[in-house]
Amino acid sequence: MTTTIKNNLLDSILSQVVSNPSFSELRATSRLLLEKNGLPAIKEEEYKFTGITKKLENSISDFSLAKKSDLNSKTVQSHVFEGFEGDILVFNNGFYDKELSSVSQNGYIFSLITDAKPELLGKIAAKEKDPFVALNNASFQDGVYLKIPKNQKVENPILFLFLNQSNGGQVIQPRILIEVEENAEVTFLEDNISLDDKAYFSNTVTEIKVGQNSQVHYNRLQNESKNAISVNNTETDIHRDAVFTSVVVSLSGDMVRNNLSLNLLDSGCEGNMYGLYLLNGKTHVDNHTNVDHTKPHAQSNELYKGVLADSSRGVFNGKIFVRQDAQKTNAFQQNNNILLSEDAIVNTKPQLEIWADDVKCSHGCTTGQLDEEALFYLRARGLGKEQARGMLLYAFTGEVMDHISDEAFQNHVVNIVQTRLGSNF
Amino acid sequence: MSKDNKILEELTSKDYEHGWSVDLETDDAPIGLNEGIIRWISAKKEEPGWLLEWRLKAFNNWLTMTEPVWANVHYPKINLQGLRYYSAPKNSNKPKSLDEIDPELLQIYERLGINLNEQKRLQGIAVDVVLDSVSVGTTFKETLSKLGIVFCSFSEAVHKHPELVKKYLGSVVPMTDNYYAALNSAVFSDGSFCYIPTGVRCPMELSTYFRINAANTGQFERTLIIADEGSYVSYLEGCTAPQRDENQLHAAVVEIYAGKNAEVKYSTVQNWYPGDKSGKGGIYNFVTKRGICAGDHSKISWTQVETGSAVTWKYPSCILKGDYSIGEFYSVAVTNNYQQADTGTKMIHIGKNTRSRIVSKGISAGKSQNSYRGQVQVMKRATNARNFSQCDSLLMGDRCGAHTFPYIDIQNSTAKVEHEATTSKIGADQLFYCNQRGISTEDAVALIVNGYAKEVLNQLPMEFAVEAQKLLALTLEGSVG
Repeated sequence: MTTTIKNNLLDSILSQVVSNPSFSELRATSRLLLEKNGLPAIKEEEYKFTGITKKLENSISDFSLAKKSDLNSKTVQSHVFEGFEGDILVFNNGFYDKELSSVSQNGYIFSLITDAKPELLGKIAAKEKDPFVALNNASFQDGVYLKIPKNQKVENPILFLFLNQSNGGQVIQPRILIEVEENAEVTFLEDNISLDDKAYFSNTVTEIKVGQNSQVHYNRLQNESKNAISVNNTETDIHRDAVFTSVVVSLSGDMVRNNLSLNLLDSGCEGNMYGLYLLNGKTHVDNHTNVDHTKPHAQSNELYKGVLADSSRGVFNGKIFVRQDAQKTNAFQQNNNILLSEDAIVNTKPQLEIWADDVKCSHGCTTGQLDEEALFYLRARGLGKEQARGMLLYAFTGEVMDHISDEAFQNHVVNIVQTRLGSNF
Repeated sequence: MSKDNKILEELTSKDYEHGWSVDLETDDAPIGLNEGIIRWISAKKEEPGWLLEWRLKAFNNWLTMTEPVWANVHYPKINLQGLRYYSAPKNSNKPKSLDEIDPELLQIYERLGINLNEQKRLQGIAVDVVLDSVSVGTTFKETLSKLGIVFCSFSEAVHKHPELVKKYLGSVVPMTDNYYAALNSAVFSDGSFCYIPTGVRCPMELSTYFRINAANTGQFERTLIIADEGSYVSYLEGCTAPQRDENQLHAAVVEIYAGKNAEVKYSTVQNWYPGDKSGKGGIYNFVTKRGICAGDHSKISWTQVETGSAVTWKYPSCILKGDYSIGEFYSVAVTNNYQQADTGTKMIHIGKNTRSRIVSKGISAGKSQNSYRGQVQVMKRATNARNFSQCDSLLMGDRCGAHTFPYIDIQNSTAKVEHEATTSKIGADQLFYCNQRGISTEDAVALIVNGYAKEVLNQLPMEFAVEAQKLLALTLEGSVG
């Protein structure tokens, strides 16, 4: 990054930040980085197909830090999906809303980041890697810190409910830090919802430490308004014999960028990444994933699938690094896309960088259409064109949704996807 | 392990077989690069004014450009002002037959195993030999000229067929394309020119052997192949270079134009000096190769076997402009010791019903780095485009690296694009299976590697396939880790 972009967003946000002595170092170093490098320009390799800086400048004229608004429990209840049982952490424009949340702390310890001041904060997500991590570091307003103690299995899933509003283009920057200790098990669900349909910018950072021999599932649904712009950074440190599984389903938004990084730090650990993007209109979804194999005998699996209609655009960039010490690594990556319209665009770059010789790595990627013969088969049996297509697409997308680890959440996602596929999507 | 190391050591300490240089008197340009040098080269070659203008324009463009840094290769910065941009053997006063060629020159080729007389008689190949910068011998011209095929050195073409050169030069690789292509456009010394007229099927494989001879001379070849409507040609390019301690720069440009129903097959065996086992010396090979399938139903096929060069930076590409046109890319890239290769292809689908196929096999050994970098682009109007890409890597030893950077950009919903890649090493079970049947480990490795690369080697013309197989065996025997 050599070009410095002086932009509206950066200037106005950084000038509005209220200093917090607990994080002064993190804030200061990140700020320095930002002032030096600016936000990414389209020329930069990592943001080649996703001109998010320009998009932000064009969509939002007056950037302001987010403000908590008055929400009642009725609004919250209407946005919790059917059949959910467990604790809910409500984020009201990025601020943790104590009144609306239900936190039993059954099997985990909850605190606000500003209260707990965890040392781990900012240690997992590398600010040097992505300017939006640095932006969150420098200006996040609120966040939560969850700790799952040793040998603890959290029975019910924990739901993060992000309720976002525009308020003339606010910048919503929540922060989540999860520390899972040894032999623990937990499932997280995340739902992102827009309460109005005007533009806003949400920039989330989620850091997860997956302790030795523990198991963590993280399921995320992104179904925001057609004008929402969001960047999501999730970075995980995975320790010995631990398993981390992420499922990301992106269904709507103006421009969505997901950075997902898995650092496989010790042997025997496993990282799984599943993703689905079902896009129409002008939605632009960019999934960047990064798996770093540093030690021997670790495994990673990746499957991302996309269906693109209208003039939507899907970007996939999957990187797998296998370091010199990471012998006996198994790493698999796959990306499949179906284009449904003339104007849809797919840019995919499955990238492998390997420095060890005794490894099994493969990647595959396809872009195509539905099988004409399969369509004909179904239509010959009396199914309408739309119905037949919907059925085939559902089968295509199902492979990803199968990996959602909570049944109620899975039904919720399946319902939305089926409705979308059934209508003239 | 110790046995393996011994074999590895024996092999890697083996001196470069083609590493020698014969003292020839040369007529050299002064060291350095400026407008004066370009005028000097142009005057030396008695070029027409339009070509000098073109060179100068390219030079001015080049001055505004910067060296590309995106490739996954690392090397000390090249001092382009410290190079000599033109060097020609003195006795090059347009020889009329082989007898007139400096016997010392003929001797070089004999030692390289490409005796002109022999080849002329036995193999039926017309060889256009380029020693340093001036083409000194062209055979089989008569047979070819009867069919209307033009196969000569670039400078000859400039004088005899200026209208063709003027029309196609820079039409596929524009002078502004990239840093090294611009440099080549400004200072190119000589190269090959080939024109196949409408409806003619070239009866023999056209072949050029390049050699770098004088020390400190960057070689800037320019090749232009034009296949007119309904014609066919198979073109071979092979490289060997004498051993040097200083890095030499090789920045060639190859342009291919295929008209309606035309087919061009371009095969390369590249064996420039790769540097010694500690990574000292070796050729920098920064090449721009591109073909355009301009007419409907045309086809361009690239096949390359890359075993040499210290640093390779090469992406033979196809622009599939005509409807139903086909682009193919078959590559075996082998790196050993400290070699670095960043190679791949670009397939740009513009026309309807265009097809492309990419098969890339990388083999890394020693402390080398081998990267595949490819792009498949389907433009909005390229209905029913089809691509299949396969890029496999084979790693030998735990100090080398294999990297893949495929870009797939699709803008049309009817496109069918597939990409797959695997990385692996030679399995212990495979070796055991061979050993059990009395095949030594070394032979087993050669067997497995040849099998691995077979899909690509099969695409090479017979004579080349033999040479390529030998090269593979020579580069890799015993390097199993």
